[in-house]
Amino acid sequence: MRYESLIEATGDTPLVGLPHLSPRWEGEFPVRLWAKLEDRNPTGSIKDRAALAMVRAAEADGRLTPGCTILEPTSGNTGISLAMVAKLRGYGLVCVMPENTSIERRQLLEMFGARIISSPAAGGSNQAVATAKQLAEQYPDWVMLYQYGNPANAQAHYEGTGPELLRDLPTITHFVAGLGTTGTLMGTGRYLREKAPDVQVIAAEPRYGELVYGLRNIDEGFVPELYDDTVLTRRFSVTSYDALRRTRDLIEQEGIFAGISTGAILHAALSIADRIAAGEDERADIAFVVCDGGWKYLSTGAYSGSLQQAAERLEGQLWA
Amino acid sequence: MAIEVKIPTILRSYTGGEKSVEAKGDTLSAVIDDLDANHTGLKGRLITDEGALHRFVNVYVNDEDVRFTGSLDTTVKDGDSVTILPAVAGG
Repeated sequence: MRYESLIEATGDTPLVGLPHLSPRWEGEFPVRLWAKLEDRNPTGSIKDRAALAMVRAAEADGRLTPGCTILEPTSGNTGISLAMVAKLRGYGLVCVMPENTSIERRQLLEMFGARIISSPAAGGSNQAVATAKQLAEQYPDWVMLYQYGNPANAQAHYEGTGPELLRDLPTITHFVAGLGTTGTLMGTGRYLREKAPDVQVIAAEPRYGELVYGLRNIDEGFVPELYDDTVLTRRFSVTSYDALRRTRDLIEQEGIFAGISTGAILHAALSIADRIAAGEDERADIAFVVCDGGWKYLSTGAYSGSLQQAAERLEGQLWA
Repeated sequence: MAIEVKIPTILRSYTGGEKSVEAKGDTLSAVIDDLDANHTGLKGRLITDEGALHRFVNVYVNDEDVRFTGSLDTTVKDGDSVTILPAVAGG
């Protein structure tokens, strides 16, 4: 495959079967799991799709012009994707990032030339969003693409991830992805529901340690503007322990080295698969998203020691 | 046996600092009423005047979001675990 430049190589990622983790790979009524390897995108995560789409949309409507500075609240991957696109297109980038994110993400951003403004760990990404909104008022010439409310984020998946999945797996029955900005689930979910109305769309969201939920009151809570719960069929909250357990299962049984949020998604996918496989005359093709590789999380200790130790080390970290 | 309800930090002032408390009921609605009977005021933080779950509150029965399983009518049984969490951003 040949591309004019790195950003053109975004998307069209492989979909690979998981014959060892699937409850029934063969037979008349298979219950199969399929992993969409989004770590194969240019900067190694699914966020390349959204970042590129948001920049293109802002260029098209004239908000972004050469020399502009982009501002974005991000726990990491979106920032890294934007940093790459910004570098190639000639923009500056300011990322507002919670201080409790992994060191690898910071180092990558710095290498790409992004400026990082830290927001307090307590309150997690909610606080990063609030800080970015304040900065946007202070610096009106900065362009905030705002992944949580930018329709181009979901549209990237409506036009890319969704069609790719249906092309590669016409028998798809379930789609499982992580719920962060909700862009992946909204865009892919809408496309699949239109083209294959029986497909179930399932969300897995990370359940963090308590520090991350350290809001002062409930009204400081945050639901992304993109979120529309009618697109989803079910939604699971997955603990760090279960996410880590599945991340390790994925390496041990299928050879896929994925980040921790992928473990959370696999956990939800397997709980669906196991319930279906309990009946002997039902089939399923469950596609789930591998959001990124495990590289950026090595320093968190997620991949060493016992699961319990690893889960304790993740306490207070934003791992998705 | 009863139902274990996990309380987020932000609402522990209602449970005397307890991280998790027990409650009884056949539905989530009944569980929340029972919670409120023992921890006055908690219900008002979870449910709006119109009787729906507060927009920024997520409730899970055995890790599944109740908004997709019948909301306040979600059935619960002894041994189930109910987790209450404020909505936070990801990404």
